[in-house]
Amino acid sequence: MDAFSILPIDVVCTVILLWIAQGLLGLALQRAPQVICRVIFPLSACISLLLAATGLSALGGVANIAVLPLGLPDLPIHLRLDALSSFFLILLGGASFGISLFSAGYFKKTRGRVLGLLCLEYHLFLASMALVLLADDAYLFMVAWETMALSSYFLVTTDHAIPEIRRAGFLYLLIAHVGAVAILLSFGVMQAGHGIGAYTFGAMREVTLTGFWSSVAFLLALAGFGAKAGLLPMHVWLPEAHPAAPSPVSALMSGVMLKMAIYGLLRVTFDLLGTQLWWWGVLALGLGLITAVFGVMFAAVQGDMKRLLAYSSIENIGLLMVGIGLTLIFHVYGKHTLAALALTATLYHSLNHAFFKSLLFIGTGSILHATGERNMGQLGGLIHPMPWVSVLMLVGVLAISGLPPLNGFVSEWLLLQAFLLSPGLPNSYVNMLVPVAAAGIALAAALSAYVMVKFYGVIFLGQRRENAHKVAHDADYWERAGLLWLAAGCVLLGLAPVFVIQQIDAVSQMLLGAHLGNASANWMFLAPVDTHRASYGPLYFLLAVLGVMLLTVLLVRRLYHGRSKRGPAWDCGYPLQTARMQDSAEGFGQPIRRIFEPFFKIENEVPTPFDTEPKYHGISEDKLWYLLYLPLKALTEKLSGWVSLLQHGRIHLYLAYTFVTLIVLLVFV
Amino acid sequence: MRNPEQILGIIFQLTQLLLVVLAAPLLTGWVGQCQAWLQNRSGAGLLQPYRVLNKLFHKDAVIADNASWLFRITPYIVFGCMWLAAAIIPIIAVDLPFSRAADVIALVGVFALARMFIALAAMDIGTSFGSMGARREMLVSFLAEPALLMVLFTASLISQSTQLTHIVETFAHHRFILYPSLAFAGIAFVMILLAENARIPVDNPSTHLELTMIHEAMILEYSARHLALIEWASSLKLFAYLSVGIALFLPHGMIEVGNWAGLPLAMGLLCGKMLLAGAGLALLEASMAKMRIFRAPEFLGTAFLLGVLGLLIHFLLGA
Repeated sequence: MDAFSILPIDVVCTVILLWIAQGLLGLALQRAPQVICRVIFPLSACISLLLAATGLSALGGVANIAVLPLGLPDLPIHLRLDALSSFFLILLGGASFGISLFSAGYFKKTRGRVLGLLCLEYHLFLASMALVLLADDAYLFMVAWETMALSSYFLVTTDHAIPEIRRAGFLYLLIAHVGAVAILLSFGVMQAGHGIGAYTFGAMREVTLTGFWSSVAFLLALAGFGAKAGLLPMHVWLPEAHPAAPSPVSALMSGVMLKMAIYGLLRVTFDLLGTQLWWWGVLALGLGLITAVFGVMFAAVQGDMKRLLAYSSIENIGLLMVGIGLTLIFHVYGKHTLAALALTATLYHSLNHAFFKSLLFIGTGSILHATGERNMGQLGGLIHPMPWVSVLMLVGVLAISGLPPLNGFVSEWLLLQAFLLSPGLPNSYVNMLVPVAAAGIALAAALSAYVMVKFYGVIFLGQRRENAHKVAHDADYWERAGLLWLAAGCVLLGLAPVFVIQQIDAVSQMLLGAHLGNASANWMFLAPVDTHRASYGPLYFLLAVLGVMLLTVLLVRRLYHGRSKRGPAWDCGYPLQTARMQDSAEGFGQPIRRIFEPFFKIENEVPTPFDTEPKYHGISEDKLWYLLYLPLKALTEKLSGWVSLLQHGRIHLYLAYTFVTLIVLLVFV
Repeated sequence: MRNPEQILGIIFQLTQLLLVVLAAPLLTGWVGQCQAWLQNRSGAGLLQPYRVLNKLFHKDAVIADNASWLFRITPYIVFGCMWLAAAIIPIIAVDLPFSRAADVIALVGVFALARMFIALAAMDIGTSFGSMGARREMLVSFLAEPALLMVLFTASLISQSTQLTHIVETFAHHRFILYPSLAFAGIAFVMILLAENARIPVDNPSTHLELTMIHEAMILEYSARHLALIEWASSLKLFAYLSVGIALFLPHGMIEVGNWAGLPLAMGLLCGKMLLAGAGLALLEASMAKMRIFRAPEFLGTAFLLGVLGLLIHFLLGA
């Protein structure tokens, strides 16, 4: 190889440095907000695009490795760019391109130090995520992981004057650190007492662990990365932290950061651990299923649009976990093509979720700017003043509901195909679990359509619920560009699945030693196993629907007429219609609350008919908070109460403790 | 590049496209007529749906003041989706060229797409009935859709394919073998068919009673050509569901593309099956009462569980 050729890993390192430099520049230029918004954020978007392109070019190639003499003495940092990291770099670059473009418009009203710090933390966040993907030793991984957690913590608490936001940030920080400890312990198990030299991932790959210790490492990794991803029961931070953050940050956290946890789990499970056991798959599948159904159920009863999306992220993480679990099961039982199919579905869904969830989150940012309102019950009718946002968000809503021909459908289709091809596993218990899991997935997918009709319908459709929103304005050009990029991503990922799967094949080959390919040998048709078993042609599908629609329009116009007039709404003849008679967000979610009543902690306050100043309120809360977290908190407080018995704040007492310890040690050691 | 077989396939596909769109209202008329007979009425005749459509197309559309573009394009999307769905299910000939582009999961996706748009359009005007209809429709569908998927999965597992063409071929060749899993799937499918096509006991297409209506509440604001398209789409949807039922449970007698000699027989068989299915539907509806809206989740939950049970039985028994 030419000595002067630039390796993809060099480009990625440059990208990381550029991002850090931009962050610092932003801090320095905090008195010039115009520069930050009009120059730094768009530049950062261009860098994201470069990163995505680099990832794409590196995907099929050999792994790049670099050892840099940085960090602690004698502990150089190891970097590695292989197919798995390249794939997630594409995800990071692709989604953050749109989000950074959007940020250029979104933060234009922010001023001063807030903007400077925000710019710094935002770019540190991006850089640390790229570094997580590049890290090839436990030390660098943990440093990058913690940088990611801290920078996002500061981003979440941007509006730290508000107590709820401080509380949300604290909860996030706490769970992130519990997770980080678990990850660190997992790495500790994997290096298997081989001393300080075995902290690199390369050394961990060489180590063969016994089944017990492999399982310990896997469980710790599942707990650690699960805490970051929002897996049940460590999901509580997600619906608090995501709404608290500014919208582009929510988009980054939900669309991209959660995928870093998926990346970490895949890295540990399939790359670092040499052997896998079947029950890991069952565990991941079960947890994923519960998480998915739980997430979507709670999403259906939310009134705050960003909380709704946060719960929907929990659902999608659940789906991804199901995919990982299925991959594990197939892989352990030696069904390599099926494992590749399940992994492809998982990775595809990660990419899809990055696009549509980011799109929806930044869309809520535009709404927030236009109306100053996060509560869906106060919005409504925004399709009229916000045509751009409403059209592009519709794309996101259809995609997240898993409707053809958009991207959400493709990954759902792949996942369901993986279930359908699964009979014949040697373990009959697992065989029985599979159809139940397929049913759960189908239920979660159908419920997410319910949630999205509610989300879109209550916010954008109907009549305005508040007159103040008459002045609502559409997104500005930068915001539109960001939304447009992500919406276009949703459409393209939906229409060209064969191309995407060809790219993912490199990852499957690396992790599982098998890949999917395309049986139909035609880029128009997706046929993962065999054209006779299943095939799907999204482009044909789109053309057929559009063709039939156009034909209908033409025929109706030709044979009849196009006359129409406007009039007041009919509504079955009821004359008095006010905007307040539409379904509110809570109203729309009421059937779900009623059907799944045992899962919610419901507080309803309904006044009597004679109340002259009636007040209605209904809260549906997470029971786990009361069943798990509050007892845990009480226990911790009790324990720390006992510990505080030792603490009196008097120096002579502490000296006595030291003296006693010394005597004890001298006697026994 | 194109060989005669492909051209023939396209001809068959286009013929089916034309056939379903013209025949669908006839099926609705037949169901209505059967119901009338069961209720000791003389009925409006088989051609009544066509008369209604013709009347509606001639009228001027009245659109509510605050309707957006979504409200106006929805009838076309819904009609297009349903037309497409009805056209890709094998009813006379198998292996139609378009069937490769959409398998059973995509078929469920088409139905879902249409439902999503019609629910959104119902919320667009911002009337109390519209959003109530949308909410109820989504309530029915979030249980009916996975149940339908379970039924289709059972069939897919037996035939080792999610392509309807292959499912039909598998079942048509196994003459009269009763699969226990399919028996469960069959019951579930009938329940879903009733729910998804706004039939008694879940919904009643012939009333505008505020407390009970679902589908009608969603389309209250539509008039003239838009309403005609939606009504026509409902006919197509019923036709498509019955076609799926026939393809899964009574696929015998379908022909290959290009088999001209078998065409009259296949057409005759299709007519016979549709008449039978329509009459059966009318009989089912006549024998049941409309249930309360909050009983609907129980009804559909049963359908869902039956579907899962069918799938489970297939996994356990392999049949």
